Amino acid sequence: MALAQSDPTEAANAYVDAPHDWQMWFPAAGSPMQAHIDWLMQYVLWIMAGVVGLVGCLMAYAMFRFRASRNPVPGRITHNTVIEVIWIVVPTLLLAVIIIPSINLIYYEADDGAPYMTVTVTGHQWYWEYSYNSVPGLDYTSYMIPDDQLKPGELRRLSVDHPMVLPVGKKIRFNITSGDVLHGFYVPSLGVQRYAVPGTILTSWTEIPKAGTYYGECNQICGADHAAMPIEIKAVPLADYLAWVKDAQANYTENAAPASPLSPLSSPLPHNQLAAASLGAASPR
Amino acid sequence: MSSTTHDADISHGHAEHGHARPGFVRRWLMSTNHKDIGTLYITMAVIGACVGGVLSMIMRSQLMYPHNNIVTSGEEWNAIITAHGLLMIFWFVMPALIGGFGNWFVPMMIGAPDMAFPRLNNMSFWFLAMGFIFVMLGLLLGNGAGAGWTLYPPLINAHYSPGVATDFSLFSLHLAGISSLLGAINFIATILNMRAPGMTLHKMPLFCWSILVTAFLLLLAIPVLAGAVTMLIMDRNFGTSFFEPAGGGDPVLFQHLFWFFGHPEVYIMILPGFGIISHVVSTFSRKPIFGYLGMAYAMVVIGFVGFVVWAHHMFISAISTDSRIYFEVATLVIAVPTGIKVFSWIATMWGGSIEFKTPMLWAMGFIFLFVIGGATGVVLANAGLDQELHNNYFVIAHFHYVLSMGAAFTIFAGFYYWIGKMSGHQYPEFWGKVHFWTFFIGVNLTFFPQHFLGLAGMPRRYPDYPDAFAGWNFVSSVGAWISGLSTLIFFYILYRIFTSREVLADNYWGEGATTLEWVVPSPAPHHTFEDVPVIR
Repeated sequence: MALAQSDPTEAANAYVDAPHDWQMWFPAAGSPMQAHIDWLMQYVLWIMAGVVGLVGCLMAYAMFRFRASRNPVPGRITHNTVIEVIWIVVPTLLLAVIIIPSINLIYYEADDGAPYMTVTVTGHQWYWEYSYNSVPGLDYTSYMIPDDQLKPGELRRLSVDHPMVLPVGKKIRFNITSGDVLHGFYVPSLGVQRYAVPGTILTSWTEIPKAGTYYGECNQICGADHAAMPIEIKAVPLADYLAWVKDAQANYTENAAPASPLSPLSSPLPHNQLAAASLGAASPR
Repeated sequence: MSSTTHDADISHGHAEHGHARPGFVRRWLMSTNHKDIGTLYITMAVIGACVGGVLSMIMRSQLMYPHNNIVTSGEEWNAIITAHGLLMIFWFVMPALIGGFGNWFVPMMIGAPDMAFPRLNNMSFWFLAMGFIFVMLGLLLGNGAGAGWTLYPPLINAHYSPGVATDFSLFSLHLAGISSLLGAINFIATILNMRAPGMTLHKMPLFCWSILVTAFLLLLAIPVLAGAVTMLIMDRNFGTSFFEPAGGGDPVLFQHLFWFFGHPEVYIMILPGFGIISHVVSTFSRKPIFGYLGMAYAMVVIGFVGFVVWAHHMFISAISTDSRIYFEVATLVIAVPTGIKVFSWIATMWGGSIEFKTPMLWAMGFIFLFVIGGATGVVLANAGLDQELHNNYFVIAHFHYVLSMGAAFTIFAGFYYWIGKMSGHQYPEFWGKVHFWTFFIGVNLTFFPQHFLGLAGMPRRYPDYPDAFAGWNFVSSVGAWISGLSTLIFFYILYRIFTSREVLADNYWGEGATTLEWVVPSPAPHHTFEDVPVIR
């Protein structure tokens, strides 16, 4: 189904946050959450690199200094209370240093309250379904573009036919569930990941400061085509998003509810009945 | 290695003292001797590792290039990854370390004539052998069992995984589970009741400590797995809905049950290796182990805390914020006793007179690579980071550093350390070192780049991937081929061992090797001790 002549999501094409060849670190942070994760990762990894380096140096020194050809007569020391206490206390302190910022990150990630809008994400074998809680009837499916139908500029195994479209700079809540088996809603560049569990709604959230295209993938084994249900998110300025909503309501009709006098909404409401209703079902357990 | 001519009188005395030599069927199919059963377990482990390893090579070949067609369908791929996980855990690592080395050396090290329940021991092995047939049927029948080794419902339910293959795989876990459970009972009874006079628990060799702790972990964890698997079988076949949301069940319940077994399981796979490494490091440093009691109780603590951290496998599943915090902190705590072990190994080397024989190389490789795997483990314990890292290749790299390089390195260390005692023939030192270095390079090349793939966001269990991941996947596959070739060297070493005519001394490692298996001839006779050894 063709969108209107001028594509309201075009602004998202200016910046593409996709994996690149020989990438060795996280994707460029597309959200504050991913920036937080990136920071904590570096923090913990540098501490642990120090530990690995220390152990490596101690081992290398022991192997060199106490090799049989250099130290033919072995010592007999098998206890040293001071050193044994040190190697219990110092690692414990290191863990405390890790735990404090780490717990802050857990709380930050869990803070999905007061979103501007909520998108219900439903995993299916093997596609995603996006339902915009604040736009009645806006509920559509998103399939991977098969390898043999890729057009120039599209990414194999990442591009989809109908991406999720979100406004930039707004807090977006995801209500994640599944229609059949477990799936994993995983968008690394936004730092978002939750299982999609049938019968349960798990929540996560994001806020995307920069217009662009962000990619993710299904990250929980879900059957034969587990590798063929990627996620593509286009973040666009609010005006473009609202234009897209109008287009989408006109075009994505398959799953739409019967038109009501209130619909189509000209703008998504920060909190509407649908979003509030699903919040009740979504309380994390 | 001191390969002196052995005192012929003693070895002949042993050989002729026993009963009439049993025939092949009697000896190997109805065996009640702990050494023969240990040999059967090690044979099972070699077979399991070969099949699981061939599956790895197929996987790495498929992933060597994007858009590859070596594996032709998603079902086939899923069956391969499922069987790889199950085989490597239940038919390679566990039989090698627990059934194999545990059976061979626990009775010898504690001065016992055999295991407490020899017939139960035999039964344990044959349950495992039958389980192997079942897991192979799960791989080969129809589309194969393809829900992953974690068996998560609803994918494993009859609607999404029709066909009998999945049932075979589930029953194979029952068989392997019964086998492990009976083996655990046997080890506990043996270690608690049959130690030689004077061998208090606090004088017991660390390998026996490691097997004792492992046996308790099995005793407590396996029944939970059995319950969960039974519920899956009933959901699949008898219309129950334990894990079926439409019937009031919950798939998340299974995740809790599975990981209540699954997390202790990772310690079940690594604790016996800890025991082996302690002996190897002590032997080749010619120095008693540093901080013996700390080493023993560190394993007890790891085993205990290992039972209360399971939901760190579910950080992005349905658990609450407070649960995330609790399970993160509990998980991080395990780093402390693990640190005690690593530092005590280094302290054992400190001041020693270190000889770099093949077993010691494997032990050194193990310690360093296990520390890398432990470091990424500390990273993954952070629930906030799991939101990025869960289920991607960073996790794959992490657990292969602690398993493919951790547990497997301890198995090779134990093999080269004890093969002379088990077979009576020594391995060729040169080829042992070639095996070590090729394998070391191979596995590092395979798994280190997978950290990068994970950081870049490549999910696990994918037969095909976005093209940007091609580079590191190619490097990883090259590493896998090097590891595969290295394994061929191992088979050449096996050939050399079994065609060797060299005669070994009782204690071919010299003064550093102090446990009881070194006072009996090599190979250890059918009946280990003529007189009950007394420990001062």
